[in-house]
Amino acid sequence: MKVTIDGQTIEVPEGTTILQAARMIVDNKEYAGDNIAPPTMCYYSKLKTSGGYCRSCLVKVNKGSEKDPRPMPKLVASCRTTVMDGMEVMNTTSPEVIEVRKGVVEFLLINHPLDCPICDQAGECHLQDLSYEHGLAKTRYDFKRRTFNLIDIGPYIKLHMTRCIMCFRCIKVADQLTDNRHQGMLFRGDVSEISTYISKAIDNDFSGNMIDVCPVGALTDRTWRFKSRVWFTKPMDAHRNCTKCAGKAHVWFKGDDILRVTGRKNKWREVEDWICNECRFEKKYVTDWVIEGPTHIDRHSVISANHYENLTSLKLDIAKQQKKLNKK
Amino acid sequence: MGKKLLLEHINVPGIETLEVYRQKGGYASVEKALKTMTPNDVVEEVKKSGLRGRGGAGFPTGMKWSFLFKPEGVERYLVCNADESEPGTFKDRFLMEHIPHSLIEGMITSSFALGAKTSYIYIRGEYFYVARILEKAIDEAYAAGLLGKNILGTDFSHDCYVQVGGGAYICGEETALLESLEGKRGNPRIKPPFPAIAGLYGCPTVVNNVETIATVCPIINMGGEEYAKIGIGRSTGTKLISASGHINKPGVYEIELGLPVEEFIYSEEYCGGIINGNKLKAVVAGGSSVPVLPAHLILKTEKGEPRLMSYESLSEGGFVSGSLIGSGGFIVYDETTSIVKNLYTFARFYHHESCGQCSPCREGTGWMEKILHRIVEGHGKPSDIDLLWDIQRKIEGNTICPLGDAAAWPVAAAIRHFRAEFEEYINHPEKIKDVKHYYSVNAISA
Ligand SMILES: Cc1cc2nc3c(=O)[nH]c(=O)nc-3n(C[C@H](O)[C@H](O)[C@H](O)COP(=O)(O)O)c2cc1C
Ligand code: SF4
Ligand code: SF4
Ligand code: FES
Repeated sequence: MKVTIDGQTIEVPEGTTILQAARMIVDNKEYAGDNIAPPTMCYYSKLKTSGGYCRSCLVKVNKGSEKDPRPMPKLVASCRTTVMDGMEVMNTTSPEVIEVRKGVVEFLLINHPLDCPICDQAGECHLQDLSYEHGLAKTRYDFKRRTFNLIDIGPYIKLHMTRCIMCFRCIKVADQLTDNRHQGMLFRGDVSEISTYISKAIDNDFSGNMIDVCPVGALTDRTWRFKSRVWFTKPMDAHRNCTKCAGKAHVWFKGDDILRVTGRKNKWREVEDWICNECRFEKKYVTDWVIEGPTHIDRHSVISANHYENLTSLKLDIAKQQKKLNKK
Repeated sequence: MGKKLLLEHINVPGIETLEVYRQKGGYASVEKALKTMTPNDVVEEVKKSGLRGRGGAGFPTGMKWSFLFKPEGVERYLVCNADESEPGTFKDRFLMEHIPHSLIEGMITSSFALGAKTSYIYIRGEYFYVARILEKAIDEAYAAGLLGKNILGTDFSHDCYVQVGGGAYICGEETALLESLEGKRGNPRIKPPFPAIAGLYGCPTVVNNVETIATVCPIINMGGEEYAKIGIGRSTGTKLISASGHINKPGVYEIELGLPVEEFIYSEEYCGGIINGNKLKAVVAGGSSVPVLPAHLILKTEKGEPRLMSYESLSEGGFVSGSLIGSGGFIVYDETTSIVKNLYTFARFYHHESCGQCSPCREGTGWMEKILHRIVEGHGKPSDIDLLWDIQRKIEGNTICPLGDAAAWPVAAAIRHFRAEFEEYINHPEKIKDVKHYYSVNAISA
């Protein structure tokens, strides 16, 4: 099946979604322009039935297929729409999509506390990135934002509902990875909240993965909270022999200490393998892990801005500039 | 007098009982369909009748039925949508309350056409007493051999159940209804798949409105072609309209589609004119979700032709100068009504009823309500009108289910047609201080 996104054509198998096709274009080529892949806040390739909720991945289909070339009347969620042969999609080339995406970002932000300075997620937050890339600089919302009390979901996880964007990923983790599901959405509309059934602690070997899937700082690791800003830590690829999971993780160093363990994330910032709670929360000594080497961070995030890989290039850059100055 | 097909016997004492209902020709369509027709014949008749869904969207029922996926060995279901929660709409309740057997009869005949062994009537929680009435009717039907095994001695067997919902508007959206019926939280599903392929418990399902299903009976009795002669153009047959607001005779009326709006509002047979002889200000013609139209546009189209009660005529002019027939909730406003306050009421409703799954509706409905609240309280800002316009525009068309559109359209229409009123509120807050729900616009402008 052939599909064209923002003028880039790719051949994909049947059943591929527009989003997957867009990511394949980015993966396959040394494609110059970024952003051909729509931003995702709720879709997660490793979670079944995820996607469709946040609407940040909406795209315009200006040709339905070879057989039925009519454009689709409304923008569609690229994460939930499968491609047809000959389909033509506009992502960043459509002013309508850009406009609507701005709207979605604004909607996601109006009830968000914007407490980034005290939020552990800052620096690796998808909402920060999304609003930076697609949002407005100023808010038009001048009402009180909704707030919730903090809740501990068991000994390891803190739920900060005020920051939640209702992406449903954590519910799907609870549903699909853990065997006793006690988590879901309570209430309705903009007062709905993620909660556990009668504050029941989620006690399961894989529950920690919901921290990794949470795009914002609504679910945080209680063993890491407030220890450091992420950009002062250095991620390393590491592994250990684990009977419960693959044992492949990122361990985050500050100095010689491991402050945090997370799943390994790919370029779409989705974890490659789920890790168990033991690896995540209890293995914080260097001796627990076999360190493979520094993690490659290929997005221009604040983490990589402080990252040693970039630091070396930064030093080179400074050296070059100094040379130039000296010549003058 | 217009033709009456559904409410013909409304005034017959005891029509809610099976005995009287049958005396008046009830269950003839079941006899006819089960004994003399094949399921396909029934579908064909409904197709010929041109019947369009009475739940709001107006989708041709025959076509919907023929889309039903029919794999071997898989159950199929008919589900009746009796959630009726749209502000201004109360026609289904009226029909079920007074002639419950017309729905049960329609359920049996329609299920026969679709090959459904089981059907459900999903009714909103607030209608619990109507649910009792329906259950009683179902019991009577079972006792008379009209439900259960081998109905009327044929080899068609069918069971029909009533399920009471929790009372949420969103559960009227067909996929949220199915979720709720399955015992889950009533969140709309992301489509595709559509219910015709994977509906209740993942099986092919048809969801139809109460009135749609009840209308199948007269169609089978008189024949599809005969039915199609009633009405006008592609708006065939009769339609129940629940009329409310500032009219002398609020209530449920059965009209022949194509009736001029002016006649509906002013004739003694229907609404009987505006209360106290007041002037007509505006009409919401099809339930709170559809665009409000000012008097001159509801009585006549932009082109100057009389506006008719039909799918086509009410939507003539698109949203710029037209509206929709929707679910038939006809709300009339006289000159004393504040469109802004009325809109605030609607906005509160949509905010309260949003399920919260998708960002534009979850956040946008609350935001619009807050802005409107500020305006009616006299703290509106001049920029609020454009802000409201922009918010509704960003919700419409970008959500999972049409509730987002339903929340956006009334806002858009009110601003489009009554912008001056918003400006009045914002620029002269001192004049609205003591205004309660209804106030005279003239008093403000004076
Ligand atoms: C938010 C929302 C609420 C709805 N409520 C109702 C309802 O109360 N009754 C109804 O018949 N249809 C309702 N509908 C329309 C249904 O989704 C569906 O289109 C209808 O039941 C189909 O029946 P019909 O083809 O017979 O009209 C609603 C739709 C939406 C989006
Ligand atoms: S807590 Fe996080 S993962 Fe869960 S719904 Fe909220 S934002 Fe999504
Ligand atoms: S549009 Fe509103 S009601 Fe419909 S799915 Fe989205 S949040 Fe829920
Ligand atoms: S990523 Fe597609 S709707 Fe959220």
